[in-house]
Amino acid sequence: MVEFLQFTLSGLSFGMIYAAIALSLVLIWRGTRLLNFAQGGMAMFTTYIAIEVIHGTGSYWAGFAVALAAGAVLGTVAELAVIRPALGKPELNAVIITIGLLILIEGLAGIFYGGQYRSFPAAFSVIGLRAGSTPLGVSRFDLFVAAAVLATTLLLALGFRYTSAGLRMRAAAFNATVARLSGIRVARVVTVGWALAGLLGALAGVLVSPSTFLYPNSMDSIFVFGFTAAVIGGLDSPAGGVVGGLLLGLALSYAGGYLGSQGSDLTPLVALGILVVVLMLRPDGIFSGTRVRRV
Amino acid sequence: MSSDTLVVEDLVAGYGEVVALDKVTITAGTATITAVLGANGAGKTTLLRAISGMVRPRGGRILLDGADRTGRSPENMARAGIAHVPEGQGVIAELTVEENLRIGMMSWPGIGGRRADRAAALAEAYERFGSLADRRRKLAATLSGGERQMLVIARALVARPRVLLLDEPSLGLAPRIMTQVMDMVVRLSRENGITIVLVEQNARGALAIADRGVVLNLGRVVASADAATLAADVALRHHYLGF
Repeated sequence: MVEFLQFTLSGLSFGMIYAAIALSLVLIWRGTRLLNFAQGGMAMFTTYIAIEVIHGTGSYWAGFAVALAAGAVLGTVAELAVIRPALGKPELNAVIITIGLLILIEGLAGIFYGGQYRSFPAAFSVIGLRAGSTPLGVSRFDLFVAAAVLATTLLLALGFRYTSAGLRMRAAAFNATVARLSGIRVARVVTVGWALAGLLGALAGVLVSPSTFLYPNSMDSIFVFGFTAAVIGGLDSPAGGVVGGLLLGLALSYAGGYLGSQGSDLTPLVALGILVVVLMLRPDGIFSGTRVRRV
Repeated sequence: MSSDTLVVEDLVAGYGEVVALDKVTITAGTATITAVLGANGAGKTTLLRAISGMVRPRGGRILLDGADRTGRSPENMARAGIAHVPEGQGVIAELTVEENLRIGMMSWPGIGGRRADRAAALAEAYERFGSLADRRRKLAATLSGGERQMLVIARALVARPRVLLLDEPSLGLAPRIMTQVMDMVVRLSRENGITIVLVEQNARGALAIADRGVVLNLGRVVASADAATLAADVALRHHYLGF
């Protein structure tokens, strides 16, 4: 029972990271029908910026804030300079461009920061909390991760639901034609979506790096899990991305915990297995609605 | 005599190598209804798309209240006062009724105007379309075809455009609902002073409510006159309009 509780809490904590990545992918997908393969690389690069600020200022929170801001800027620049010129062209072009962007970002990170593993500080203690003498398998930092992702998700949800800017983003995502004909500057809305996605990715980067170390490829597997979470939940569903992330985090935690010494090696296989099952049974994701297709 | 709110001069537009509009000229007077008629492939929808900016003209001019708006983007055309409801794409099904109405305000100057103005516009729309008031929090996807068209027209009312381009607003509707929609279109023109350009396969119904008609064939204007004159031209009707 104690083990189950530990694996559950640990799974939820990592699941929050996957949810943040999934949410960033969903934001971009809804706006541009494009999967940003560079999302993990962008998160990695902003985490390097964060660590430089932390070392320069001695303040974790300064680095945290700068990372989020850098993520928003990087998302904006990527959309304006790299992605927008590719829109309206064959879809494969944009896919290849994002893969190229990933390679570029990881290469630049290697050049500027080197390839060695670097530790990244945690905002709070990573020592496991206890209930009496029972270890809970979760630390203050894990609670911070959960709170940060939940708060960000809630803010986004409220913003989308109750603000004019959010309404513009939803309108542009659901029907760009009607949105444009109503006076909504869809291109600008898409840029904002990329900025938000960059911010979310940066958040995921600073939250996961204390556990994984930081190196140019450190976010690749996190991106794969985040992408899997987005597909599980449905690429069109922000709520689905969050739930998908949590479910995946739990599944991987249980697999890693209960499968013994082989567990951690099998987690990519478990993620792949879940992805295959979801794609076979519900290809549009758990939270997908019925789509009407015009013929 | 009304002044012309919308003037389209020698408009040329197309898709790739296909020329869909070949020097089309139409005028639409203030607070009038102009019906654009013709067979499938005549260029009616392309005409509306070119006016609203969805298709970039290759030649000619589009004047709105005398100002040249040729080649502007759809967003800029909407903000200039041209609202376009494409065929079958009037509402955003994933948004609620009220959200769809609020979308109509996105073209107002000053990013949607003041809160009091927005509230007043919504109140006017709900007063005129009581059935929408009852369903303001429901998704537009739950509305029937006729209710969706009512929502489209209500949003047009909220948007306060100078010109409203309607592409087949009665498509797929039951005759009774079709009549209601057409009545609403007439009220938008007469009571709200909106200049309306109406594309309709139902030529008889369109000419019954229009002030003026334009008949297109293979991208060219073959007839342009007041609606009564076109309706009385039996040969024209039989040859181009199918009745």
